[in-house]
Amino acid sequence: MKFGIVRFPGSCDDVDALLAAQRVGEAVMLWHADSDLQGVDAVIVPGGFSYGDYLRAGAIARFAPMMEEVAEFARDGGLVLGICNGFQVLCEAGLLPGALLPNISLRFVCRQVRLDVMSEYSPFTRACPLGEPLSIPVKHTTGRYYAPEHGLADTQVLLRYAPGENPNGSDRDIAGVCNESGNVFGLMPHPEHAVDPLTGSSDGLAIFESIRAHVADRVVA
Amino acid sequence: MEYELILAVLGRHPNDLELAMFSLMWSEHCSYKHSKRLLRRLPTEGPHVLLGPGENAGAVDVGDGLAVAFKVESHNHPSAVEPFQGAATGVGGILRDVFAVGARPIAILDSLRFGEPAASERSRYLLERAVAGIGHYGNSIGVATVGGEIYFDQAYEQNCLINAMCLGLAPHGRLIRSAAVGPGNVLVLLGALTGRDGIGGASVLASAEFGEGDADKRPSVQIGDPFTEKKLLECCLELLEDDLLVSLQDLGAAGLTSASAEMASKGGLGLDLDVGRVPLREPGMEPFEVMVSESQERMLCVVTPDLVPDVIAVCDRWEVLCTEIGAVTDNGRLRVLDGAEVVGDLPVAALVDECPMYNLEPEAPIVSLYPSPAPVLGGGETPAEVLLALLGSPNLASRRPVFEQYDCIVGSRTVRRPDAADAAVLELPGGAALAISIDGNGRRVACDPRAGAAEAVYECSANLACVGAEPLGLTNCLNFGNPEKPHVAWQLVEAVEGLARACEALGVPVVGGNVSLYNEAPTGPILPTPVVGMVGRLPDASRAGQIGFTNDGDAIALVGPFAPSLTGSELAKLRGAAPAGDLPVMEPGAVREAHATVRDAVCAGALSSAHDIAEGGLAVALAECCVAGGIGARLKVRIDDWVRELFGEAPGCAFVVSGAEEVLGPLGRVIGRVGGDTLVIPGALEVAVSELRAVRDNGLLQYASSAVWSE
Repeated sequence: MKFGIVRFPGSCDDVDALLAAQRVGEAVMLWHADSDLQGVDAVIVPGGFSYGDYLRAGAIARFAPMMEEVAEFARDGGLVLGICNGFQVLCEAGLLPGALLPNISLRFVCRQVRLDVMSEYSPFTRACPLGEPLSIPVKHTTGRYYAPEHGLADTQVLLRYAPGENPNGSDRDIAGVCNESGNVFGLMPHPEHAVDPLTGSSDGLAIFESIRAHVADRVVA
Repeated sequence: MEYELILAVLGRHPNDLELAMFSLMWSEHCSYKHSKRLLRRLPTEGPHVLLGPGENAGAVDVGDGLAVAFKVESHNHPSAVEPFQGAATGVGGILRDVFAVGARPIAILDSLRFGEPAASERSRYLLERAVAGIGHYGNSIGVATVGGEIYFDQAYEQNCLINAMCLGLAPHGRLIRSAAVGPGNVLVLLGALTGRDGIGGASVLASAEFGEGDADKRPSVQIGDPFTEKKLLECCLELLEDDLLVSLQDLGAAGLTSASAEMASKGGLGLDLDVGRVPLREPGMEPFEVMVSESQERMLCVVTPDLVPDVIAVCDRWEVLCTEIGAVTDNGRLRVLDGAEVVGDLPVAALVDECPMYNLEPEAPIVSLYPSPAPVLGGGETPAEVLLALLGSPNLASRRPVFEQYDCIVGSRTVRRPDAADAAVLELPGGAALAISIDGNGRRVACDPRAGAAEAVYECSANLACVGAEPLGLTNCLNFGNPEKPHVAWQLVEAVEGLARACEALGVPVVGGNVSLYNEAPTGPILPTPVVGMVGRLPDASRAGQIGFTNDGDAIALVGPFAPSLTGSELAKLRGAAPAGDLPVMEPGAVREAHATVRDAVCAGALSSAHDIAEGGLAVALAECCVAGGIGARLKVRIDDWVRELFGEAPGCAFVVSGAEEVLGPLGRVIGRVGGDTLVIPGALEVAVSELRAVRDNGLLQYASSAVWSE
């Protein structure tokens, strides 16, 4: 299976995402100004500060030529994972419901948090061990998730901050949501920074494993 | 008088542009005219050194064909005037220094000093905004901030210190120097537009004392744009990867003037530079403004004419502005043109080499230059009360409220995050790791500049030993007051001597650094603050040491010579003592041996934890190991003189380690055992680990979260 990581000017965790994806499959960089998805099976929109994010996090990146391809890929059912700034970009692009607001503290926060996995069937969490919280770091200034209740079904919430762990004031402790079809997923925590116990935790690997398993099933089917 | 000297060198009066260039190049900030002779005392050679002082950053070999480049630099005065942008551009500047030698920046550390947070709203404001500025730049550009230190003292009330250290990684072949090479080659300016920001920063801000009307200096502070620098960084590294550049230099203090003069001087050549071609942010800038602007996120490079189209192509892809602004010449002159008109024409040597050097006139003060702080403790406290007061004091409390504002993990190589170990640990490709520590203690240097400065070197090396790393090289930033004053000159001379001796004793070369003088307010000089940043290597990242006690039943041992005293200690400060008196004399050989003992044991995987005994003494070190591990400890030794034995300091030479008793026995003196949920020192104190943690957690948080500021 082949992952594609979208690289914008200002992406910071693009190489980290590439390295993490390469632990479970092939992975290539997709340049923001190009329009060729290179036949990837899943797309990762990585963390960072795309185009500087001086306007509003993710507001400019959604207009990148590559993002038009990603939107079409998503409409066709392709798996798209947005991490941190990638989550913000996907919300701005209308591929995910809701929005990310400045943290309650108004400060950047970098911290290891525990996450409860809410679904064992999603293409993004199916490989996560049942009933065990994931230890994955967050690092952001604009990570307070908000969506009106009628705009987000409970089944779309794939990850919540474990009780007492919410680092940013997110609505209903929401850490990650998917679209209605379930093939686009965004989360503020960084699974690509939790793929090796030496650097803190390997719990994030389950997200990448889930994607690989889903793609493998689809190919067989 | 320096103007007379300019007349003699030029044989004529300089015009206004030329005078502005002299003013900057002959400033202390650019010329080191009060410190250059002194700095020759520092040892700069060693088996691992690849680039020494004089380049944008020093570099050492870390094996497997890789080099690590690093440097620490101050941005004190801009930060005192405008802390957010001052600190942010301090980070931006040191990042450029590192990628200017071809290394990809992988880590930032900061050494910060402010006035007392309890007493000073201004200090709380400076802390809040400087930390936000550092985070803004480092987080946005995607370089991990992995460590640092913060201390508070009334001597920094008017003149805070913001020192930023960066280190970067490069294959040996990508390292590049800044010397201009090859007459006929093209001078290309990369990056941001040039504006009126930071005009005269090196002279107005960095080389003068503070006084009345400092608010007027705010326009001299530059504004940072991390997004532009991120593109510039990726672009420069790609240009070097494709072997398209002959030389590369960042634009920092004194902007184009300094960058062009340095490149020409190092190459022994000349440059023609057309200010008319420099892309401007605002119209109507005078040639002198273009030449002295300190607009950020710019680099200057030399390119052979045939490769210019390739350079432009890479820059276009990264959306980085790229402009041919001149050429390398062989006449040894820096000629500034405005189109066809020559608006300045100076011999490079006059700007760079002819700057007058001054000898310092050191004179030891008879009484302390610094007043006694207001006492926090009266003297009648129990050992437990003293321990809690120290743990909750701003200088020793948990730095979590600060370091949580920094991305410490981007890059996927951070093996030890802040608070997890005495030094930051970053994995290298291939399984080895780098260890980095930054340290300096102005109060102790004020007591005894020679011994205090040596302690900073020992302390860094001790921190590296605790994670199992052998030192490869160090960088330093010498933050002092006005060197024209004899007592400050004495502090500087003595401190450099102390640094030099400690480096020689430990065999660690100085590969670069920075001097920040004139850190004075009308109330007096700052504490003399040499800050040392040390880089080391450990063979196996998976065996990196950590600070917390881990195993119930482990023995605890004291390793290394330990002769603590109260002089210059945190307890002395809390009791209202001025920083004065003799520091304990350390035998360098014994220090070196203790470091090797701990380092070897950590590398062998023989220890559960390792921590050096520093500020707050033995009791605080033990408490920190308990809090980090979430487990208690019980000492089994007799304490005779608890004040001195538990809270006296002798930094950089002794360690608290834990592990199996049979392993620890040969290393040092077994003094207790890990276990329970309290720290017990029989006959002195018993405190729950939860209470130690709560007090330590709140010490800085109470100030960091209540800062009042307005724009």
